[in-house]
Amino acid sequence: MGMTMVEKILARSAGLEKVVPGDLVTVNVETAVVIDQNFMHNRMREPKKVFDPDKIVIMLDHIAPADSPMRASMHKAARRFADKHGITKFHDINNGLGICHQLVADFGYAIPGTLLACVDSHTCSAGAFNCAARGIGHPEMSYVCATGQTWFPVCETIRYELTGELAPLLNSKDIILQIANDYGEHAMHNVEFVGNGVTRMSMNARRTLATMCAEISAEFAVFEADERCQAHIRERNPGIEFEAQFADPDAVYAAERTVDLAEIEPLVAYPDTVVQNAHPVSEATQDHIDQAFIGSCANGTLDDFEIAARVVKGKKIASGTRFIVTPGSQAIFLEAIRLGYVETLMEAGAVVTNSTCGACCGYSNGILAPGEKCVTASTRNFKGRMGSPEAEIYLASPATVAASAIRGMLTDPRELI
Amino acid sequence: MRINGKTWKFGDHINTDLILPGPVMLLPFDEQPKYAFQANRPGWADEVAEGDVIVGGHNFGTGSGRPAARSLRELGITCIIAESINGLFFRNCANYGVFALECPGISKFIEEGDEIEVEFGQFTVRNKRTGEILQGTHFPDMIMEVMAAGGIYPMMERKGLLAEPNPETA
Repeated sequence: MGMTMVEKILARSAGLEKVVPGDLVTVNVETAVVIDQNFMHNRMREPKKVFDPDKIVIMLDHIAPADSPMRASMHKAARRFADKHGITKFHDINNGLGICHQLVADFGYAIPGTLLACVDSHTCSAGAFNCAARGIGHPEMSYVCATGQTWFPVCETIRYELTGELAPLLNSKDIILQIANDYGEHAMHNVEFVGNGVTRMSMNARRTLATMCAEISAEFAVFEADERCQAHIRERNPGIEFEAQFADPDAVYAAERTVDLAEIEPLVAYPDTVVQNAHPVSEATQDHIDQAFIGSCANGTLDDFEIAARVVKGKKIASGTRFIVTPGSQAIFLEAIRLGYVETLMEAGAVVTNSTCGACCGYSNGILAPGEKCVTASTRNFKGRMGSPEAEIYLASPATVAASAIRGMLTDPRELI
Repeated sequence: MRINGKTWKFGDHINTDLILPGPVMLLPFDEQPKYAFQANRPGWADEVAEGDVIVGGHNFGTGSGRPAARSLRELGITCIIAESINGLFFRNCANYGVFALECPGISKFIEEGDEIEVEFGQFTVRNKRTGEILQGTHFPDMIMEVMAAGGIYPMMERKGLLAEPNPETA
């Protein structure tokens, strides 16, 4: 009996020949990502000594720059932690700023065939790079920083073969909403994505899909490291050697499912829950939308800027609707300026903000008031997520959000282009 | 290991934003737990007592890595049983010393307020009102040891792995 991709990475990281579902494995962490949130209220207790300063990366992202003395102290503590423990890979406000999962991708920190850990739930994002990556919470990050190890139950895997190609203007967000509608939550299961539909996807598109697997409660979400993926990693880590892991031909899965991307249409998840809560945008409510947001670790990429700019080019956003766009990193922001996307968005009436988690987690740059409705291309639509618990959050793709900003109501982007 | 307690029932897809809302994180750490479920069940945090147990539906704890399990433990919750539990939330439960158990069928097995006994050797739940027993899903001893130790920080303290907390970010 062979192993799935996730099983092979876990076995390798545990120094074992083989693992099977039901095992509990102690694994070595190749990359530990520490973020500003770890230092808030000492949620991650500081270890006396870190296991290896070269395997720890620190990123200030959730509220960067700081919005309050409390969060300023949190950033100060992160700088002190870096200095004290000799951690040099440090993304501060003035140095490679961005959302941690975006930076992990853009700097090539996620190495195929290895394990990456961070407090944050969307760490599964790095699964796009054949990396078993996941959020583990604050106390566990303390343990990882101290010992370089953690534990995982080996869960069964569900294999998704993606075939065909998405229609123009659609996004991996539409794929995950379709999967969440058809198959519900995936708690205590890994997911793997393979197939010619994946081969055609950009690394950004794969990462959006991997990131959103947090919303179906997957344990690990992993892609194969094809040529495109391997080139991405080699470009950012000259001379690196790694062992990408592919599933064995006789790997055993809890389920094997095929998703035809060509059949997916623009979807929007209605407020409060991502799972089994999406509707075709073409049939959605026509209520007024107060705010449209594009950003977060799921949709703050250059691809997302390009598509948003394409949808709004030469148009104006609806009066009474705010349109906020937040880049995934400072580098993406700069490139979006150079390519004219920022100008197009701002001419349409959008506000383009600094790179931070911002409105997605209700920390800054677009908080909702009671009774307001927001359509967002970010990660989740939970009650109270973006401000008041009496606001309503609709979750959709960047093109759908941009089109909805123009019309001031949920709009299928294909009606505008 | 046996846990006895009075149950509070919740539905499917209970997420971490409901347990620990984002805006609440600006408050001092000690004040954050009392805002648990204020959006979907106002007043609950005042009623829950030490030793109570939560019974949830599918996908309990979906959402972020924030210390939502800590909030529930601070309010007195010692055990969470649900149809299914998000893996990150399950880790946080263990690491903050909250017993957590996946137990398919639990939603229909329990009515709110029922007293139950959870037996963590066999991973069974006994409804003291009906006398019926339901089988939960086994997990390895090591996870149980972390839960029983009160979480990972007490274990790290014992091993001398932790530095003094930074007073500026307390």
